[in-house]
Amino acid sequence: MSTQKLKEIIKQVLPDVETVICWQEGYDKLNVTPIFITSPEQVDQVVWNPLCAQNLASYLPSQKKKVAVAVKGCDSRTIVQYMQEGLIDRNNVVIIGIPCKGTVSKKKVQKAIGNEPVEEVTFTDDAIKVKTPSGEKTLALADVCPTKCTSCQFPTPIVYDQLTGDAIKSDKPPESVYADVVELEGKTLEERKAYFASQFDKCIRCYACRNACPMCVCQDSCIAETRDPHWITQRNSLDEKVMFHMIHALHLAGRCVECGECERVCPMEIPVAKLKKKINKEMKDLFDYTPGVNPEDKPPMYTFNVDEAKIKEHKL
Amino acid sequence: MSEVAPKELRIVGFLCNWCSYGGADTAGVGRFKQPTDLRIIRVPCSGRVDPMFVVRALLTGADGVLVSGCHPRDCHYTDGNFYARRRLEMLKRLLPFMGIDDKRFHYTWVSASEGQKWQQVVTGFTNQVHALGPMHQK
Repeated sequence: MSTQKLKEIIKQVLPDVETVICWQEGYDKLNVTPIFITSPEQVDQVVWNPLCAQNLASYLPSQKKKVAVAVKGCDSRTIVQYMQEGLIDRNNVVIIGIPCKGTVSKKKVQKAIGNEPVEEVTFTDDAIKVKTPSGEKTLALADVCPTKCTSCQFPTPIVYDQLTGDAIKSDKPPESVYADVVELEGKTLEERKAYFASQFDKCIRCYACRNACPMCVCQDSCIAETRDPHWITQRNSLDEKVMFHMIHALHLAGRCVECGECERVCPMEIPVAKLKKKINKEMKDLFDYTPGVNPEDKPPMYTFNVDEAKIKEHKL
Repeated sequence: MSEVAPKELRIVGFLCNWCSYGGADTAGVGRFKQPTDLRIIRVPCSGRVDPMFVVRALLTGADGVLVSGCHPRDCHYTDGNFYARRRLEMLKRLLPFMGIDDKRFHYTWVSASEGQKWQQVVTGFTNQVHALGPMHQK
């Protein structure tokens, strides 16, 4: 139903824009990949289902001409953040908003079906049915959704020009967003150190998290790979891996829109977003700032107050 | 544990050229006794201190990092230390989350005339780091 509406909207906006960025079926039924629509014939390839997890807003800063993009609620925060930082011109973007009830993690589904080849995938309201050579399996969407969906605060896009369905309100409590951070904070320093050491030690430094990150706008000039300055070496040690993740986290301080792309693409299943969420939590506490919510806001690290209400001088 | 005197630790200090570096000089000229664990790196402004300087230092051998600049409102470049304050406070709160004791990192403001205060900062911070011991196993 919503897919039909989406296709109609795309056909309607296509004459005014260079490209419409949306999703299409990938190499099998379980994979969805971006499609860049330039002619009306391509519109039939468009799909919309919970597998459309990729954040398409990431393509916007590199677009030179006017484009339209399909976004879910979480993806729309990326666009708001781009607007705050002046990385896109709002007049050059047509936003097709899609109210979303939650996506599906492809990795979780594959695990549940034992990595068998997928023949057919169908969706009901709260379940996904996957047909494999050994039979059909029904999985509840709640069991195979990425962690970000379990605490989603913005099921409906924050900014949009067209909406494909009725707006949905979030039914998740706001405290749930940082529940995992709070849990980790409750542990001792040593436990946290061991936790991050065990997680980051898995890192193969493929930099997929950086490449997928919508806010990592330096891309090819990333200081993780430059020789001058030479921030990290090619040595395969925990310190270098931690350093890479610190670069990522610190460059996203007060900018991370929690779209979860870094964790979605990580081949080693490292909770890459944890450090960024922790910083976001502190930004909320210090400056009452949430990234990607209000286009008029200014990211906290881009500005200052002469008298900081919440920053106290530290005593020795 | 042996009773030998604690070995010198490696503490890195990022000092702004205009205030804290001058303050350290004042302390030296005034012949105030200070611990010798601190290695000073002079930077043009505390706003030049990228939080990654601190992280890199801690990961690659430093046992403690001290950042010091002009007092807020007294920055030579008007607003460098205001930005620094936000960044360093963010880092101060992030470090313990990833398992590094935030007592190993301190940021403060010392002006060029405060030789006495500089001595207190260095002594206090050095003692604090010594209480934690070396960060890296040799």
